[in-house]
Order: sequence, then C-alpha cells, then structure tokens
Amino acid sequence: MSEKPIDLTVYAELQATTGPEFTFELVKTFLEEAPGMIAELRSARAEGDNEKFQRAAHSLKSNANTFGAVALAALARKLELQGLDVDPLRDEAALAELEAAHASAADALMALGNG
Amino acid sequence: MADYGARLLIVDDNKVNRLLLSRHIELLGHRFALAENGRIALEKLQSEPFDLLLLDIEMPELDGFAVLEQLKADRALRDIPVIVTSSLEGMENIVRCIGLGAEDYLPKPVNSVLLKARIGASLEKKRLRDEQRELVRRFATPEVEQDLQQSGFALGGKRVHVSIMFCDIRGFTALCESQPPEETIELLNTYYMLMFDAIGGHGGVVTMMIGDGLMAVFGAPLPLDDCANSAVTASLEMLELIEQFNVDRSAAGKAPIRIGIGIATGEVVAGYAGTRQRATYTCIGDTVNLAARLENHTKAAERCILIDGATRDQLGDGVMVEPLGEVMIKGMAAAVDVFAVETA
Repeated sequence: MSEKPIDLTVYAELQATTGPEFTFELVKTFLEEAPGMIAELRSARAEGDNEKFQRAAHSLKSNANTFGAVALAALARKLELQGLDVDPLRDEAALAELEAAHASAADALMALGNG
Repeated sequence: MADYGARLLIVDDNKVNRLLLSRHIELLGHRFALAENGRIALEKLQSEPFDLLLLDIEMPELDGFAVLEQLKADRALRDIPVIVTSSLEGMENIVRCIGLGAEDYLPKPVNSVLLKARIGASLEKKRLRDEQRELVRRFATPEVEQDLQQSGFALGGKRVHVSIMFCDIRGFTALCESQPPEETIELLNTYYMLMFDAIGGHGGVVTMMIGDGLMAVFGAPLPLDDCANSAVTASLEMLELIEQFNVDRSAAGKAPIRIGIGIATGEVVAGYAGTRQRATYTCIGDTVNLAARLENHTKAAERCILIDGATRDQLGDGVMVEPLGEVMIKGMAAAVDVFAVETA
C-alpha cells in the first residue's frame, strides 16, 4: 500500500486535546479491541449475519477514524456500507486486505506512541 | 460557571469511544457515568439523576433510536438533553435523531471544541428550563404545572365534576387592626402553610388567595376519585391544625383564630382564564358561588364547616353531618339544603 497508514494531523490533534499519555493508552486499548472486531467480521461472514457484519465494520471504522488510521477506516467503511457480498470469496479477500491495513496501522501507532 | 460539575451519562458500546468521551468530559470539568448499551443507560437514568446524555446510535440490545423514543415517552426523563455522537452515515439518521428529540448531533470522531460548545449550550438550556419550571411551581401548583406540561397552555375551560372549598379567617379585619402588620403577615404565612398542607395532602389545589381567604378545587386539573370526601376530610384536618396553632398562640398570649369553611360539589368550567401574558387556573360556575356563599354563611349558622346536599350525598359513613334545613342564601335563586359537618 502506497498510502501512509496514519494521518498524522488527526493523531497530533488527538494528542493535543487529550494528552500524549492518554492517547497512547487509548491506542493500546484499540489494539486490544480491534482483533475482536475483525474476528466478529469473520464469524458474521461465516454465519451470513449481515447486521452483525455491518455493526462490526462500523465500530472498526469509527475507531480507525479516531486515530487517523485512514486506510483501515476506508476499508472498514466499505464493508459497513456494502454489507455481506453475495460472493463470500470477495469478502474473504476484503477481510485479508483489512487485516493487513490493521497490522500496518498497529505498527505505525505503536511506533508513534513509543517515539 | 453555570454548568460547573454537571453529571453526564456516556452511552456507547465501543470501549475506545467510551474512554475517549470520558476523557473529554473529564477535561471539561464534568462528572460522568458509563453505559455500554441503551438498556443499561435507561436503567441508570431511572436510578440516578443526570444533566445530559451523550448517546451513541449503533448499539446491541437497545440502540440509540430506541433510547430516544423511550426517553420522550417518560415524563420524568424527557427533558434531559441528549447529544447524539455517532459515526452513522446518512442525513436521514441525523434527521431521525433530531425528530426524536435529540438536542444535537455530533459526528465521530468528536471534535473537542464542538463538543464543549454543544455541552455548554445544552446544559444552559436545561438550566433555564429547570428554572422556568421552578418558577411555575412556585406560583402555580404541582398539579397545574403537570397539567401545563402535559396539555400545554391554552385559554379556555372544560366541564368537570369537582368539589369547591372556600375558607377564611373569622374577624380577620379586626385582628389586623389590633396588631402590627408584620405580625399579620407572619400569621397569614403560618395559616397558609397549614391550610396548603391539609388541602394538598388530600389532593386539593389552592387556586386563589385573597387576604385571608382562599379557594381550593378538588378534582381538577387532575381528576380525583372521590372529590367530596377528600374536600371534607381536608376541611376537618384544617380545623385540627388551626386548633394546634391556637395552642401555640395562647401560650404566646395571643388570641385564638377561627376559620369558616364552605364546600359545594357539582359541575364547573375549569381552565385558564386571563390573557396570554398572565393567566390563572380557575373554576367558574354555580358550584363555586355556592361554596363561597356557604363559607360566608358559617358565621350566621355558627358552624365551622358547611356543605351542600351534593357533597353530603357523596360522603361515606365516617363523617357525621347535621342537617340545617333549607336556607335562603344571598345570591341563590332558590333555598339550598345546608348541612354542617360535625367536628370533634
């Protein structure tokens, strides 16, 4: 992915309004919670539960936007608005892409927090 | 600052959002409690007072729309301002929230400056609303206030079946002349406090006070199952309270006071009369005139409580009455059956 995983303006704004320590704590909470949301997406896909799928995508989008994780937010938003695809394989591919975006966002956020 | 130390309820199913909103609220100097979904939020609202709600929409169990609907239907909760914070997309969702009574809508991630402004404005609005209600309560009655809240204000009346009570202090003018005005005011305040207590305690509403006289309605604006019994029971309690008050007065070397009470039951027109700017809740009709005349007649009859036949007919066995026969009462076309309520 050529796009930067984190919009630094958003992240700096969050730090400025809530404090750097709090921001880092919030990042850690997000990184604890996000795998659960992705797992929720996967199980919703397996169960064919569209509502659950969209709600999980919605939560992930909302949190990703909080930290300026733009690429992750964009992918989550797409899943939220589209809902389950008629072709499960397309969702599998989208979920794999989302996981990759989450991994790079997580790395970048941890680096920002420790930096 | 007017909104200092307000108590907010943050409702969001997402942990990161809850933490972030909590942090914003803490930095603004307010206190908060947390709820993870709409059901928990409603439970908390029922058990603790809150000044403002920050409400997410997309939630499991009970979503934000349902919370807004339930709040609106609840008299005790419907005035708590709600600011919706959501990352739900689509104008129709925002419109729906506002339509359901939300004060404002903030998209997530919430901008802290906007959040501060919206919270400040909402709390200020709530403060003004509380203040206004307090004023209405002071000058009207809780029943009138409730009626206004439910039905809104409109001049005009409706026919209702009620018992009307008039009460005043006998020989009040002579009493005023024999003591300093400060003492008279003090006496009136105590008298009104006692009378309001007895009347309100039995579901009556004082609608008018003139000098030492008062008029009370039993059965309007809110209906009462047994208005005649309530009015008569209240009047007996009023006499008891005056007796106790007289014990204090005689201990202080002051003359006892006596009151006269007239009660009539029947149909009246009840509603708000006056102008759009200044109106009062009142009842009009023959029943009102009769109650006033009966109260006036207590002096000639040498009885404390006089009631009409309609009131007597509705009384239970517990109350003893003495028939005084038909009495020609000033202002009434025909003679009226008058009864005296026996006092202990």
